Amino acid sequence: MATAPAVDQMPAESATETEEERAGREQFERLISEDSRIEPRDWMPEAYRKTLARQISQHAHSEIIGMQPEANWISRAPSLKRKAILMAKVQDEAGHGLYLYSAAETLGTPRDKMTEDLIAGKARYSSIFNYPAVTWADMGAIGWLVDGAAIANQVPLCRASYGPYGRAMVRICKEESFHQRQGFEILLELANGTPAQKEMAQDAVNRWYAPSLMMFGPPDDDSPNSKQSMAWNIKRFSNDELRSRFVGMMVEQVKVLGLTLPDDQIRFDEDTQQWEHAPLDWNEFKEVLAGRGPCNAQRMERRREAHEDGAWVREAAAAYADKRATAAQQKAA
Amino acid sequence: MSESNASATRITPGNALRPEDIAAADLRPSADVAEYALRLGDDSLILSQRLGWWISRAPELEEDVALGNIALDLIGHARSFLSYAGHGLDKTEDDLAYFRREPEFRCAHLFVQPNGDFARTIARQLVVSHYQFELYSRLMHSTDATLAAIAAKAVKEVDYHRDHSSQWVLRLALGTDESRRRMIAGLKLTWPYVEELFVDDQLIDTLGEAAVRPSTLRAPFDSLISALFAEADLDIPAVPGAVGGGRAGKHSEHLGYLLAEMQVLAREHPGATW
Amino acid sequence: MTGGSTTGDDGSAAPAPAAPEKRQPWPLWEVFVRSSRGLSHVHAGSLHAPDAEMAVRNARDLYTRRNEGVSLWVVPASSIITSDPDAKGQFFESPQGKDYRHATYYTKSDGVKHL
Repeated sequence: MATAPAVDQMPAESATETEEERAGREQFERLISEDSRIEPRDWMPEAYRKTLARQISQHAHSEIIGMQPEANWISRAPSLKRKAILMAKVQDEAGHGLYLYSAAETLGTPRDKMTEDLIAGKARYSSIFNYPAVTWADMGAIGWLVDGAAIANQVPLCRASYGPYGRAMVRICKEESFHQRQGFEILLELANGTPAQKEMAQDAVNRWYAPSLMMFGPPDDDSPNSKQSMAWNIKRFSNDELRSRFVGMMVEQVKVLGLTLPDDQIRFDEDTQQWEHAPLDWNEFKEVLAGRGPCNAQRMERRREAHEDGAWVREAAAAYADKRATAAQQKAA
Repeated sequence: MSESNASATRITPGNALRPEDIAAADLRPSADVAEYALRLGDDSLILSQRLGWWISRAPELEEDVALGNIALDLIGHARSFLSYAGHGLDKTEDDLAYFRREPEFRCAHLFVQPNGDFARTIARQLVVSHYQFELYSRLMHSTDATLAAIAAKAVKEVDYHRDHSSQWVLRLALGTDESRRRMIAGLKLTWPYVEELFVDDQLIDTLGEAAVRPSTLRAPFDSLISALFAEADLDIPAVPGAVGGGRAGKHSEHLGYLLAEMQVLAREHPGATW
Repeated sequence: MTGGSTTGDDGSAAPAPAAPEKRQPWPLWEVFVRSSRGLSHVHAGSLHAPDAEMAVRNARDLYTRRNEGVSLWVVPASSIITSDPDAKGQFFESPQGKDYRHATYYTKSDGVKHL
């Protein structure tokens, strides 16, 4: 799919553009219009670099902060099999954070700087992780709804115009296929279990449904950056398109679970060919985004603590490497 | 994992054995073998429970992943041993993990020691990984085919754990003044619980060639640790050994809290499946 | 901080970080994985590690959790030398138009067996 050249939307580069910059820009525009890929050392508009650096690092932060609500249940997982699965999943999230930080680093920001921005409260991560995981069924709902929404978002990102981002997403999507399934399976077991278990499952679905729909971002008419991202082939579908598609999948899957979605307005609109759902409370979204969610402070504190407590270990390993390198040099001399 | 040819009924060393295979197999361990399997399973279960805490809290993200892998290996070993013990006790791995009371656990005191800082965790890993490597590399020749098969899979994994802990001991001991101080402190807190690992008892006598005699592991353990400590410029901590008793169900104050947390949900819903 | 390709297989030098950190962070390493015997090592991604020994171990833990490999290479990202992308034109121009290096150029022998 070749989108219209992004030229019109691109901020005008400085009037005193050098010959070299002009050649770079032309190549960039050609690559985008051919739906080809941009690689780290290619010339790219500053705004493109900034947009990607922000998006990829936020994505990485989300993986890392997203470990916390689930890590909260590793110690209490109710069977050894579930404990092993949950550990593997949370560990995968650390891995996914690493892949994404790597991709972001190709844009020129070192990982340390991104971590510092995160713990200084200067960087954002997905608001969904500021909700608490209070019961075991939340492990199911997070896997099914939250990972489900994440996958729906991420699959198109495998074709993002920035090569390193797309490649990281390919690896992540491959590995995440088990995440949603294990969540679904947790809910299925609970829904077919004792009345108390079934109630726990329904309660978790009720709590995570709306926040998971909000993961797709604000409605299209209130999403100022979307247009540019789509012109640059970073984003392939609009927030509302993806959200609607997701609702359509969930409405079928929830029947298999024998549970219900807390939304009596879901319907397929034949005219627009879109799934409609009840209006979402975007004020709540903005509140959480502004740091007033139930767990914002707790999540940040935990990340800060781990990073600061680990400083002496990182320094020790670096010091050891230096000493060894020095010793090797002296030996060679 | 692999294409699991590990047949449910033919358990032979060398297969990538899964806990599910053991649970599904028709196995009849004697009461003594079951008791022995409980010891091995509990050691790994309790340590895995401890290590799981680090996932999302490690000093660097790469280390979250590394410690996660080790915890996953250990819970795999625990599930295999407990499933096998369960065949002899008419219980599942989860019955054993979630519905035994504190005195019914058979882990040695070392495994339940608190994580402390990263150095203390590495000190505990150092001892455990070297002990388990020596143990499993002999247990893979056990006259009991199932114990041998579990050990044959586990020995390759704990060999890597041994490498992981040794690499970190070197870096912490020879890195900075602070890391060295912490490493020495961690070893000092860990060493009282080393002795218990190498104590023989009645059960070991009864099991003969099916089990590994713990006292025989001490010399190779000491020699490997001495070599590493020489390289890391460390001394064996001069601390008295603590009275053990874990194998007989006599535990420290730590285990109760650990079990309370681990078992709480399962016990709220007895008989439920998950 | 060393150079910087990671998932990017066509470049190692990212723009220099804005302000130097007071602590030197762990350097960046590129990871190459051989997925099975008989195949080449292929670039898988990157990671941070204090030295080569830890880099290869971190690579094992991070990039082979699902049986992805039988062998690993790690290379300091700063050691990777890249062809200059700005010179792309002249650097990769020569093979263009030399179709006779490809079997498909030779159409007259179409239909001749075992050729």
